[in-house]
Amino acid sequence: MIKFTGVTKEYLKTGAALKQVSFHIARGQFAFLTGHSGAGKTTALRLIYLAERPTAGEVRVSGFSTARAGPREIPRLRRRLGIVFQDFQLLEDRTAEENVAFALEVTGARHTTIRPRVMRVLTQVGLAGKANQYPRELSGGEQQRVAIARARVNDPVVLLADEPTGNLDERATRGIFQLLKDINASGTAVLMATHDLDLVRSMDAHLIELQQGEVVYDSAEDAAGRQPVAP
Amino acid sequence: MSLVLRETALAFRRAPLLSALSVTTIAFSLFVFGLFGLVAVNIQRAIGNVAERVEVVAYLKRGTPLQAVALAAADIEAFPEVESVQHVTEQEALARARRDLREFQDIFQDLETNPLPASLDVRLRPAFRDVQRAAAVAERLAALAIVDDVRYGREWVEKLDRLRNIAGAVGTVVGAAFALVAIIIIGTTIRMAVLHRSREIAIMRLVGATDGFIRRPFLLEGILKGLLGGVLAVGLSYGGYALIDAYLLRASFFTAAQATLGVAAGGFIGLVGSLVSVGRHLRST
Ligand SMILES: Nc1ncnc2c1ncn2[C@@H]1O[C@H](COP(=O)(O)OP(=O)(O)O)[C@@H](O)[C@H]1O
Ligand SMILES: [Mg+2]
Repeated sequence: MIKFTGVTKEYLKTGAALKQVSFHIARGQFAFLTGHSGAGKTTALRLIYLAERPTAGEVRVSGFSTARAGPREIPRLRRRLGIVFQDFQLLEDRTAEENVAFALEVTGARHTTIRPRVMRVLTQVGLAGKANQYPRELSGGEQQRVAIARARVNDPVVLLADEPTGNLDERATRGIFQLLKDINASGTAVLMATHDLDLVRSMDAHLIELQQGEVVYDSAEDAAGRQPVAP
Repeated sequence: MSLVLRETALAFRRAPLLSALSVTTIAFSLFVFGLFGLVAVNIQRAIGNVAERVEVVAYLKRGTPLQAVALAAADIEAFPEVESVQHVTEQEALARARRDLREFQDIFQDLETNPLPASLDVRLRPAFRDVQRAAAVAERLAALAIVDDVRYGREWVEKLDRLRNIAGAVGTVVGAAFALVAIIIIGTTIRMAVLHRSREIAIMRLVGATDGFIRRPFLLEGILKGLLGGVLAVGLSYGGYALIDAYLLRASFFTAAQATLGVAAGGFIGLVGSLVSVGRHLRST
């Protein structure tokens, strides 16, 4: 469902962030993308939601291809994805409920259907009681739950999470991680970029490790005898 | 649609200072343009008043029967250029001369016979008060059998024409310059409003908003700010006009149509400014 084929991404200033990267993430899978800071995790995710285009190679996502998709298709692709960031990316001047509703409104969803759907996902992330609070009135973990609710509300085929626990303490981290596993259990694929090896080891999931822009380990190809290089 | 309205209202509510700033900037830019417009309108009106005196006078042959004069007057009134025709008899001409030319009163007083001819005084419609049209009418009048001689103050009308042309050219150039400056200033304030919300735009894009969807509230916001600025500018111009009229010189204000046009121009500039600013922002990110 997400397929990288020989993907290279070069930035003008810093050179190659990804080199000949190939991997495949199947529908409904839980996958980790690990590697040190600067390994290319964020770049890989940005290629998936078409914030960047590969310099060479092709990225295919749920029927979209970087080789073919025009600018007009980018919004259509993103409505099928849920994206979560380390810094939450919430709008400060909107309540939790409004932040989640926002993602439905921009897709032109019927007004009457928005509120029930928003309240349903807020309940799923355990924030039904804080729907009317602003981000500054929520803890980091709670803000990330709002972001996850926003990512879920469009029923995405895959949830992309870029270091979703990077700004959180251990307790909040465990809560968010559990939430992502629950979402995966309900059928949504999850691709999580993280350098938190404790999380990675705690779960038997698809694991892809990047080092300086190259795939140095992919558990899906473990049969080939490659071993995780992670320290 | 209701969503666009809601987002637009939200934009005003969330950045009241910035919104007020852009409305004020638009208002003052348009106000400066409006002051220029007032000057232009008043000069134009002054020229118009002078032009009202453009008149073609056809002096009639002595002894022309009144009936012939009346027939000719009716014909002339049917000319497309002609507003009105007035028959001035010999006696009326003398009375007028006695009234208008006080210095020569004695001469006119002592006359035994009236030396002044009767005339048809022909006033032209406003759009035809220039040399070419006056000359054309004069030519046609001169061809009439009852007409002896035709006068229309050629030199004077030529000067008026030149004045009109200069005023028009200067007005167009200066007006265009003012309008351009207003558009640039207004465009810049709208660009600030867009930058202020660049984070929001980025998030909208992440959740799958189309560029058209992102653009709409900004366009509406631009139009509203422009209209509001336009209304303020008309108000300010009226204040300026009232002061000038009270303390400096008799002046006139815009007609209702001109004022409406000014407000509409504000809305239009707001729309174009937002279109350009948002478009550029969306393309650059
Ligand atoms: N927009 C950019 N312009 C230039 N270089 C970039 C940009 N984004 C990332 N890079 C470079 O690409 C490399 C990989 O970065 P990134 O994908 O953010 O790594 P990670 O998320 O694994 O920390 C880094 O060397 C970084 O400096
Ligand atoms: Mg990163």
